[in-house]
Amino acid sequence: MIVGTCVNDAVCTEVCPVNCIQPGPQSPDYLTAEMLYIDPNVCIDCDACADACPIDAIYPAQKLPDEWSEYAAINAAYFGAGPGP
Amino acid sequence: MTDPLRIAVVGSGPAGLYAATELAKLNTPPVQVNMIDRLPSMGGLARAGVAPDHAKRRLVIPAYEKASRRSGRFSFFGNVEIGRHLSHQELLQYHHAVIYATGASDSQPLNIPGAELPGCYAASAFAGWYNGHPDFSDLDIDTHCERAIVIGNGNVALDVARLLLKSENELSSSDMADHARRALSRSNIREVVLIGRRGPAQASFTHPELRELGHLQDVAIEVPPDLLKERYWPDTSFLLALRRQCLQEYTATHKPSATKTLRLRFLCSPRALLGERRVSAISLMKNRLVSEKGGYAKAEATGQTVAVETGLVVHAIGYRACPLAGLPFDAHSGSVPNCRGRVTGSEAGAGTYVTGWIKHGPRGVIGSNKPCARETVVALMDDYREGRLSEPRSGSHQFKALVDQRQADWVDYRGWRSIDEFEQAQAEGEAPRRKLCSIESMLKIARPRAPEDSKETEQFK
Repeated sequence: MIVGTCVNDAVCTEVCPVNCIQPGPQSPDYLTAEMLYIDPNVCIDCDACADACPIDAIYPAQKLPDEWSEYAAINAAYFGAGPGP
Repeated sequence: MTDPLRIAVVGSGPAGLYAATELAKLNTPPVQVNMIDRLPSMGGLARAGVAPDHAKRRLVIPAYEKASRRSGRFSFFGNVEIGRHLSHQELLQYHHAVIYATGASDSQPLNIPGAELPGCYAASAFAGWYNGHPDFSDLDIDTHCERAIVIGNGNVALDVARLLLKSENELSSSDMADHARRALSRSNIREVVLIGRRGPAQASFTHPELRELGHLQDVAIEVPPDLLKERYWPDTSFLLALRRQCLQEYTATHKPSATKTLRLRFLCSPRALLGERRVSAISLMKNRLVSEKGGYAKAEATGQTVAVETGLVVHAIGYRACPLAGLPFDAHSGSVPNCRGRVTGSEAGAGTYVTGWIKHGPRGVIGSNKPCARETVVALMDDYREGRLSEPRSGSHQFKALVDQRQADWVDYRGWRSIDEFEQAQAEGEAPRRKLCSIESMLKIARPRAPEDSKETEQFK
């Protein structure tokens, strides 16, 4: 899950093997995006994004700290889905 | 093997660092990057603008320093000002090209009567103050009053409001400068009023920043319930829906024991600041929203005014770039005229480029500068391959000798590393660093010996 500290650096989008992080820098929505989002229904929990993020703005879904608990739903909502399984 | 291309990058904030990173990836030809900054420290607004309780976001700086240095051809020249120690033309003489990544670190001015009264600050100065920027650390900010006004509806305005309402305890893990911590620990401020010209749907703050306000301890948030009605919310897009939901939660939350208040006051424009020797009140004009063609919601003055007592006003109504000596400047957009990063117009000379906010205006977040930098570097390399860049007239060593001559106190990369490591080492408790807030104190750490040639020692590489 990407949390509210995201600054749209987007290196995560470069390392994600399943392209589940949006909007990518090529997308027209990137310019107005407040943050980036992970699609919980596509994510394979490989943690490549969390490792790559220079500012630790990504957490595995199960390890989301309390202060960021709303972000599970926010990430899912971006893709028009409910929270992942 | 080809001689390296020599590129100067002016500015060491995210824009400059992203550009240097792109240049570091090139092999044929390899690229020597000389990064220049007016300050002895690196980081630009990532160091001086990002809020101290968001300190983790500053980690983009070391991440991209590291990426820039992977080529083994990166040099830093800190405490060197282009337009003062060296001219733009001189930079061009020693390099194949120059990329300006100088950003937009000034504030849009508040052009109302009374704005010059003591007690009124631009966000660039206020943020510079709490972040220990050498230009603003000596400001004498008075936090005696009970109510502070923050003008603006962007993330910077929310940063200022949030920091003014945090307790000493809440700031303990921040990297706020000592003098600001002290001033805020003595603060009498119990209420912050955030003033926005238009409605909540038009505000330029982001949902994560808005949501973060709800985590403030001991602070009740007041939002006029009327503004949650249908007519103030033009569409049901993802971001607006999140924002509306957040504000609805705030109106529904009651904290009767809270001793502090944050009032989000929309549909008001500042008319004047009142006071004799310092600001004592702000006069506001109430606005209504009028729909224009194309869906733009315009603020229209109602004629109704109100005066609100205050002793501290901070205006955060946008950043602004300063024109650069030797380069054309478009005052309307606050940027240097360019085409995909190539500076247009004959004034600057071929081989002059821009990236970041000085190129596309002061919009976007840290990461927005990355695609921008890529575009500029692509243009630059195209120009190189097409033979449009001139060979520098003088060699690498001569550039360093020139800098030595013009600014005896320049700081190299090892010097910046010393500053950075010292700040981290002298941090107390949970704070990640304790800032050095003057050029003098930074130079003491960066250049502890007389300015002889700095020898590269293994540990600082």
